[in-house]
Amino acid sequence: MKQPIYLDYNATTPHDPEVIAAMQPFLGSAFGNPSSSHGYGIGPKQAVENARQQVAELLNCNPGEVVFTSGGTESNNHAIKGVAYAMRDKGNHIITSEIEHPAVTEVCRFLEGFGIDTTYLPVDSQGRVRLSDLEQAIRPTTIMVTIMHANNEVGTIQSLAEIAKITKAHGIVLHTDAAQSIGKIPTDVNELGVDLLSIAGHKVYAPKGVGALYIRQPLKLEKFLHGAGQEMDWRAGTENVPSIVGLGKACELAAKNLEQTMNGMKMLRDRLHAGLTNKLDPIRLNGHPEKRLPNTLNLSFKDLEANRILEDIGRKVAASAGAACHADTVQVSHVIRAMGVPLDWAKGTLRFSVGRMTTVEDIDQAVAIVVAAVNKLKKQ
Amino acid sequence: MDHASATPVKKQVIESMIPYFDQYFGNPSTVYDMGSKIKKVIEEQRSNVSQLIGAKPEEIVFTSSGAEANNLAIKGVALARKKKGKHIIISTIEHHSVINSARFLERMDFEITFLPVDKYGMVNPAHLSRVITPETVLVSIMHANNEIGTIQATPELADICREKGVLFHTDAVASVGNIPVDVNVLNVDLLSLSGVSLGGPKGIGALYFRNNLRLMPLIHGGIQEMGRRGGTENVPGIVGLGKASELAVEELTDKMNHLQKLRKCLVDGIHEKIGHAKLTGHPEKRLPGHASFCIEAIEGESLIYTLTHEGIYSNTGSACASKALKTSPVLMSIGIPPDIAQGSVVFTMNNNNRIEEVKYVLEKLSIAVAKLRALSPIWRKKISS
Repeated sequence: MKQPIYLDYNATTPHDPEVIAAMQPFLGSAFGNPSSSHGYGIGPKQAVENARQQVAELLNCNPGEVVFTSGGTESNNHAIKGVAYAMRDKGNHIITSEIEHPAVTEVCRFLEGFGIDTTYLPVDSQGRVRLSDLEQAIRPTTIMVTIMHANNEVGTIQSLAEIAKITKAHGIVLHTDAAQSIGKIPTDVNELGVDLLSIAGHKVYAPKGVGALYIRQPLKLEKFLHGAGQEMDWRAGTENVPSIVGLGKACELAAKNLEQTMNGMKMLRDRLHAGLTNKLDPIRLNGHPEKRLPNTLNLSFKDLEANRILEDIGRKVAASAGAACHADTVQVSHVIRAMGVPLDWAKGTLRFSVGRMTTVEDIDQAVAIVVAAVNKLKKQ
Repeated sequence: MDHASATPVKKQVIESMIPYFDQYFGNPSTVYDMGSKIKKVIEEQRSNVSQLIGAKPEEIVFTSSGAEANNLAIKGVALARKKKGKHIIISTIEHHSVINSARFLERMDFEITFLPVDKYGMVNPAHLSRVITPETVLVSIMHANNEIGTIQATPELADICREKGVLFHTDAVASVGNIPVDVNVLNVDLLSLSGVSLGGPKGIGALYFRNNLRLMPLIHGGIQEMGRRGGTENVPGIVGLGKASELAVEELTDKMNHLQKLRKCLVDGIHEKIGHAKLTGHPEKRLPGHASFCIEAIEGESLIYTLTHEGIYSNTGSACASKALKTSPVLMSIGIPPDIAQGSVVFTMNNNNRIEEVKYVLEKLSIAVAKLRALSPIWRKKISS
């Protein structure tokens, strides 16, 4: 059977063949434990440090500020709990937004059971946090602001540099979940002005089960995985060498081709948008028209149910209704709700996300398939 | 000869993982075909892992390592039961991930009791029974120790806890795949295991938790792993761990027999050829492929490096601790004086090792020890007295 046209790169990406090739030696013979002092450990140890350098170059930070984790979710847990525990004496207030990934929201909810107070900032109709709302929410007890760089569902990019000016002025730690933005737009930690930044391997053509957290030095966090002194004593657990090598390679590839990738994805994404808009009416675009990930197209089809459309196109086009991570339960996504999309539009919301392997043919076929499905459902 | 730190990933395991790096890359949480197929594969692997330890599939949660499984067990139980009590008991020879999770909880106002061990590294069940209080919510004592190979009387320890209504966790990272590990025979409530020591890949582990035992997640996020661990599943890692579990079940008996022979040859040989070398850990109740010694008047590190030049890879202390600590806390716990603990060397063997290799090790080891001792003022003093 033919594989469906894959337009769900925000859920996960295929592995780049170069990434797999870089990992291959470490799956087999180069099996040492990087903490061992004998010969078997030296190859893997160098490979991990090389990967750290590759990630650091993409983020424009020092390699010593990059900690490898088991994924974006662990990075977010580490960052937020790490600050909350370490700064207990300073304050107990955290500011986040209403459109964060569950990997941020659920951590805040957990901490609320331990005396942390959370403010969830609303967003405007295009999914952007208002700077004035942030200013007003800050209290003397605020220790941290965590706002995602780009949203996974609608692709809206936040003004992190502006947000950072505010947090810096108040001496507040700024964390961002950059799982969706890495490799799609520039993620220079100094331009963004963030203190902590989370990334995930499987959103950037590297494997699942690996991620990284940038920690601006000399920021001190409580550890997250307690144990022995791996990862410069930041994180316990034997290093997942092959996947770390894969993430490093993926970051190198992302940095090398970023502008070209951005332009390519934008062209395909806009072609998909134009194709659907020309043949179907009316369609609503969710998210910011310009300040948006170049690969993300979130559309609402009026009076249709997203799941019905997906059922119809499912074997031919892979896309998402709401965020992939909670697609098992059907309800209007918290992002679409926070942006105030009216219900008759909201329930017919689909996310298409293109990537490096998407072709013009994929897009043209997808347009035809989606148009046919939508027209069929409209008649019913 | 350092298989406790890392075992080579088995060929069949690597082969089982490859398709999940290229063909089947989907996110298991998505609704279309590829996502649901991958979800099914994850459940098959959960079943493989559960069979290895006599558990039910729904009692297994996948983690990123044995260390994460230990963190989840200890913090997860402590935080879920803090209203019941804030006392935790662990032994003094636990892995760092257990000790430092407990230390973290200590900073969160929990009380930790460190149970001592005897000269073989065994916890005394009567002693455990005495330190349990009405406030105790969890006891965590490792199944087998990675550094001295000692296997605890786990069923006896677990029975005491069961009787007193206290949850019992065991870190079985060093034992799973090396000796029979059945959660019902051991009578434990929680058990940690890891891919690394099972011939599986790095970056994957699992925690067994009995029935519907309530655990506070360690990694909060999506509803993956039945809501017990957020984060997109490490599909190739899970597949690799499942395959390694399957293979471990098949080969266990042969492997144990083979390793016991190798160990006997190595231990007898060291006793015969090298004087003033003390076997650490229990002489019988120990992992089949595990031989650990303290060799007087030499430094473990120097010995390891010397052996490396002969193509022999061994360890001093445990791999994770070798950079972090000077004197091994495990050796201190079994009453080895610091000067003798310096001469710690640990050999951990696997089925790939052959008897010829053991003989080669014995030959090179006695030469290396003689050479190092010839340079040692401590040794000169010792033999002159």
